[in-house]
Amino acid sequence: MSTVTVKGLWKHYDNHVVLENLNLTVRDREFVTIVGASGCGKTTFLRMLLGVEQPTRGQLLIDGKPVPPEPGPDRGVVFQRYSLFPHLTVQENLLLGLELSGARLLGRLFGAARRQALEKANHLLAAIGLHSARNKYPSQLSGGMQQRLSLAQSVICEPKILLLDEPFGALDPGLTADMHELILDLWRTHRMTIFMITHDLKESFHLGTRLLVFDKRRHDPQFPEAFGATVTYDIPLNRQHPVQASPPRENPAPVAIPQVAEDAAVGAPV
Amino acid sequence: MTRLVNLRPNRGAALALGALPFLILLAAYVIGSNARLAANPDDKLLPSGAALIDSVRSYAFEEDSRSGNVLLWVDTAASLARLSVALVISAVLGISAGLWLGAVPYVRAFAAPFVTALAMIPPLAILPILFIVLGLGEVAKITLIVIGVAPCLIRDLALRAGELPSEQLIKAQTLGASSWLLAVRVILPQLWPRLIDALRLSLGSAWLFLIAAEAIASTEGLGYRIFLVRRYLAMDVILPYVAWITLLAFGTDWLLRMARARWFPWAEVQAA
Repeated sequence: MSTVTVKGLWKHYDNHVVLENLNLTVRDREFVTIVGASGCGKTTFLRMLLGVEQPTRGQLLIDGKPVPPEPGPDRGVVFQRYSLFPHLTVQENLLLGLELSGARLLGRLFGAARRQALEKANHLLAAIGLHSARNKYPSQLSGGMQQRLSLAQSVICEPKILLLDEPFGALDPGLTADMHELILDLWRTHRMTIFMITHDLKESFHLGTRLLVFDKRRHDPQFPEAFGATVTYDIPLNRQHPVQASPPRENPAPVAIPQVAEDAAVGAPV
Repeated sequence: MTRLVNLRPNRGAALALGALPFLILLAAYVIGSNARLAANPDDKLLPSGAALIDSVRSYAFEEDSRSGNVLLWVDTAASLARLSVALVISAVLGISAGLWLGAVPYVRAFAAPFVTALAMIPPLAILPILFIVLGLGEVAKITLIVIGVAPCLIRDLALRAGELPSEQLIKAQTLGASSWLLAVRVILPQLWPRLIDALRLSLGSAWLFLIAAEAIASTEGLGYRIFLVRRYLAMDVILPYVAWITLLAFGTDWLLRMARARWFPWAEVQAA
């Protein structure tokens, strides 16, 4: 279970109000897409969920408990860039989450534990179509491959909540259809609540079960920083809840995703 | 017409161009040496090629009549031993202190101003203190190099550790990393190639401090020999020694570069 509750949430830096009076309840396994003009506090909201920033006033609760003041394994994240570790190969990047949580002293697994982790990683690698590239370094991958890996890297740790900050923002438009399929599959299989910031309205309608629009209700032309943004539209999207969409699985099997060659996908209609 | 900035030499031309400055220097030396020797056959400033080869032979391949040692190799071994011990100590200090300074804000607040101040002390100014406190032996010379090199390495690596994208550090925490695991699995591995770069850059000053220490108090070593024969204006010894030191430094630099490419291939593909 992971219900996110936001009560009277404010965030300001000195006199600069970023978010004002945010009230929201997000049920378990919702796919919340967030849109809004740049600088309207979408990322600030995400960073507060992440634990990197603290609310100025009000409450931000996950399952009734305040969000801890630092990032943790219950909340996964994918940024637009720089989420991968350049010194690790694709496979090692995927393995890292299992190693960090499984070996608190050395951060490395050995023997049977390592074999088990490798098996899990390889399943997921095959699912995201990167098995053949498993010994490459992230800088040798295309942008789309990097984001697929970054998604898988978060998902392998089975977070309750997955936070996505414009994960496909830097990608070729032709690639996003592929990515959408992947994220929806991962969401159904791994049963997470997802918050995703996007600047692509079409994407937000296509992916989400609920769309939030962040905007300012009031505007002071003399002092634009006086008022913050809040949720101005909260639109439930007519999509099946994942519980109905796919039967619960005991062991989430790797989803079969057609391995589309990157080049072939470029230029395909979005 | 093609712009100058777009014209690229091919492999052979690049080699020839690279060799040209060396050849010009050599030619200038030969001409100068011949002119001076023609005016005064006893001139010591620019010895002839034959004189240089002669002294290389006696220093590098013949035993010294007084000590029974082949001087060049004794000097080289002594200098390289001091240099390598000092560089290893500096590297260990640099990577360990740089890692924690860069990773932990409290450590940074505590130690960064001190390290910065330490790095500002001109090492040669405290050389007398080192000789007074530590005596004239190896410890004082190695300490001088470490004092000269380590603070710069620490500062450089701390900066590099601080430059890692915050996204990476946040991501690692969402994957369950503790502060310790963040340091050993995310930050430290990315500092190794940077340590090698920093070491390469500090090789020059390391040699400077080594030769300074040897010049003042030593009984063997490349720097010691140069300053010893200076009394006799023995340019025929000094010049080959300088060339040899240059070659050694160049070789060390090359070795470090190769080590970086071999051990940290990810850093190479990232730069490409």
